[in-house]
Amino acid sequence: MADDNSPVEKISTRRQFLGAAGMTGAMLAVGHKAAVAAETAAAPVNPDVLPPHVADWSKSLGPGVADFPYGKPSKFEAHVVRRDVEWLTASRQSSVNFTPWHDLDGIITPNGLCFERHHGGAAEIDPNEHRLMIHGLVERPLIFAMSDILRMPRVNRVFFLECAANSGMEWRGAQLNGCQFTHGMIHNVMYTGVPLRVLLEEAGVKPTAKWLLVEGGDAAGMNRSLPLEKALDDCLLAFKMNGEALRPEQGYPLRLVVPGWEGNIWIKWIRRIEVGDKPWFAREETSKYTDLMADGRARRFTFVMDAKSVITNPSPQAPLRFRGRNVLTGIAWSGRGKITRVDVTLDGGRNWREARIDGPVFDRSVTRFYVDFDWQGEELLIQSRCHDETGYLQPTKNELRAIRGVNSIYHNNGIQTWLVRANGETENVEVS
Amino acid sequence: MRTRRLKEIACAFAVAGAFGLSGSIAGHAGERLGLGVPATPEQIAGWDIDVRPDGVGLPPGKGTATAGEAIFLDHCAACHGDFAEGRDKWPVLAGGLGSLKADRPEKTIGSYWPAASTVFDYIKRAMPFGNAQSLSDDDVYALTAFLLNMNEVIKDPDFELNQKNFSTIVMPNEGGFYDDDRETAERQFWNAKACMKDCKTDVKVTATAAVLDVTPDSKTGPHVD
Repeated sequence: MADDNSPVEKISTRRQFLGAAGMTGAMLAVGHKAAVAAETAAAPVNPDVLPPHVADWSKSLGPGVADFPYGKPSKFEAHVVRRDVEWLTASRQSSVNFTPWHDLDGIITPNGLCFERHHGGAAEIDPNEHRLMIHGLVERPLIFAMSDILRMPRVNRVFFLECAANSGMEWRGAQLNGCQFTHGMIHNVMYTGVPLRVLLEEAGVKPTAKWLLVEGGDAAGMNRSLPLEKALDDCLLAFKMNGEALRPEQGYPLRLVVPGWEGNIWIKWIRRIEVGDKPWFAREETSKYTDLMADGRARRFTFVMDAKSVITNPSPQAPLRFRGRNVLTGIAWSGRGKITRVDVTLDGGRNWREARIDGPVFDRSVTRFYVDFDWQGEELLIQSRCHDETGYLQPTKNELRAIRGVNSIYHNNGIQTWLVRANGETENVEVS
Repeated sequence: MRTRRLKEIACAFAVAGAFGLSGSIAGHAGERLGLGVPATPEQIAGWDIDVRPDGVGLPPGKGTATAGEAIFLDHCAACHGDFAEGRDKWPVLAGGLGSLKADRPEKTIGSYWPAASTVFDYIKRAMPFGNAQSLSDDDVYALTAFLLNMNEVIKDPDFELNQKNFSTIVMPNEGGFYDDDRETAERQFWNAKACMKDCKTDVKVTATAAVLDVTPDSKTGPHVD
């Protein structure tokens, strides 16, 4: 095993593994079937490329500065992409894909990897033609051009955006092998935008107002009812994410940001806000995004995303490959505030240790945690559980089921278990 | 004039920085930025397509289930089936009454939706899939009547659904919802005491994903809504 841990072997085998994975995405997607074996991790490498050989890339010129005016990741990272699950939905226009968290680190999601969820495809909108109308219970119904919004006072905030259905396929048991599929309907970026309050004050909200209808300009005309109190508190109309313009699939040129609340209400391509005195009971807040309980009744307007965490490495798509030193890492977040602590168990919940949080800890943002550990090929049952600043402790899946049953679909924030086998293969499981 | 504006902007930024999001963000309380143009009634009418359960937003118009059936067969049945029973993975729109406590609940307009207005609102804004906002208001009334008829909410296929009588429609599951109560019903999760050592004696694997093995290359598996 000593060879496995030499730096040269590590680098070359990793490259080979990534290359193979890039060519066979389907194989990688079923991570537990991927050809991994910690015992034989030192895959053969062409000795000609190793020192003292000087590689071609050290001798010849690479591409010049303007050859890739925007730029893209290394071709050796081509496997790091959003993936969808074809059998989930009837069409690609009303569907979802997933962020590959097992291939990321830190807390910021690259814009091109932020999961997509559309109901009528991604609208392609000319920002010069885009308008946002505010009307209803206001003193002055107004129409704003993007140029108006760009002249208003703006702020920068890092927030997670999680689909309420993230982990929704796991209510009845472990189903999908990969944190990309079980937990990939979340991303975390820095938004630049104008507080919604600024626009509402510009229009002059009448005293009888209590709710807003927020509506997108896409072919789904996506609409949700948003309490006025939340709108005035911390919602943004964002036009930039991670410094660049929103991508079309994230609502370009303008989207609503609703910190800590389920993704469906973060209306993309937002074109209209109607101020009213009651909610609208739109399709998305009646037939969808209501939580059906075991007694046949359903919770509605369950906006807040509960505290949740997941170990991203190791995980089914990112098995353990080396004995000895290893880094366990994952992400935690809460719709109610900051993450204050994350605990990790390697033995299925018998014993826990506090993970090391590293990087910024923002309010209602993804937070990154690590556990540096030694592994000698023993079987592991790994879990993470997080605490937020309100004192909420992430529950087990069974604790959630005891209250909500299994028909809920949405808001599954239960503790995730991965089984790491002796050969490093990792599988989605549940434990007693 | 120029100096005054610059001063206002500087002030706005200073205040926003000091108070964060929940304070008076722009620091312009009572003072408008003067951005945006008035929306005219005609402009508002063009985009104001929403309908509420109390009937607010319903346009003039009318339709019967009988008229709606013909429209449904032309524009909707390819995905939803001739009798709104659903096809492939497209939504089932009728049936499922009494199934909400079942192991596999069927959440349809009739079994689950609390308000008929939602049917009208959603068809008008988003249907037919791929040709949204193409139907006339009469067509939307007729389709709504058809779907309510398929769900036995409207018994007579020739009953004329219109702007005036719309709000009298009562859906079977109207009373089936209550507001989010997690902060009281799930109070036990606000428990700062987390066991760290010797928390369990026996740990068994009770389920594995491999049993179902529905990870992406599989063609069978459950739906997600």
